Amino acid sequence: MGKVAVIQYPGSNCDLDALEILRDVVKAKTDLVWHKDLTHDDYDAYVLPGGFSYGDYLRAGAIAASSPSLRIVEEAAESGKPVLGICNGFQILVEAGLLPGAVLRNSSLRFVCTWTRLRVETTRTPFTKRANAGQVLEIPIAHNEGRYYLDKEQIPELERNQQIVFRYVNEKKEATEEANPNGSIDNIAGICNQKGNVMGLMPHPERASIPVLSLDNQTDGRVIFDSMMRTLHGPEA
Amino acid sequence: MTPGSHVVEVIVENKPLARDPEGETIHQNLILKGGYNQVTGVRTGKLLRMNIEAKSPEDARAIVRKLSDDLRIYNPAAHTIQVRIVG
Repeated sequence: MGKVAVIQYPGSNCDLDALEILRDVVKAKTDLVWHKDLTHDDYDAYVLPGGFSYGDYLRAGAIAASSPSLRIVEEAAESGKPVLGICNGFQILVEAGLLPGAVLRNSSLRFVCTWTRLRVETTRTPFTKRANAGQVLEIPIAHNEGRYYLDKEQIPELERNQQIVFRYVNEKKEATEEANPNGSIDNIAGICNQKGNVMGLMPHPERASIPVLSLDNQTDGRVIFDSMMRTLHGPEA
Repeated sequence: MTPGSHVVEVIVENKPLARDPEGETIHQNLILKGGYNQVTGVRTGKLLRMNIEAKSPEDARAIVRKLSDDLRIYNPAAHTIQVRIVG
């Protein structure tokens, strides 16, 4: 039975939301683990939740990235276990070097809290294998530092390696400037590492996984957690 | 040079190709609107001023340079730094 850890940092605030979806909606055996208590790679998958770890001081995610828990997560990632970073969790994974690039302040200089459309660019990750390539998911964002950045000349390589997992798109599934809520390069909303088992995204799938929280009662975010379950338990999950 | 306390500053900026919307806003909406048309660009950044015990100012600077790389005071994917001795 695969067991998931949701890692709590000082300032995490979407930890219980992620726990709720994992435990009560997709029925994954899940523990909420204080980062200092994560001393061994005892879990089968790790979720770094959203929030404002260490007050976002220096840079969002930068201080949590130096937590010894990230060495455990790195070890787990190297062994191929699924690692998911949501919002601040994404920022932490980038700052810890588990994912390439940087996440900078929104180009609008405003905190943006809104629903976005994400186009699934690859289904090769443990978090998108139950989605369809090209499918559009409606999932909300809420962040001040969500502008994904990588040197422009490195984008084709990211594309070739199928490391771009989600792009912000409009209702016609086009990645336009208007559909880009934060100025991310190439409308990138989520990426994975080369192996595909570490994924980070700025949108909050845990806020779009039960009807009462969602637009039009949809549960588009759930496919990410369902995919993770299938990875942990095989096709019967 | 005798050991002593030195002051070293680290200035973190976005790389030239990474847009700096804060700098652009200050430039367009404050400086140019205020009539200072001779200002052709503004970049913002973050400044960290550190007090260091070291043998010399150069040693202090080397310590700060090393810790900036080791502890990722900046993210090399998006930022550049300048490390300078100020006292």
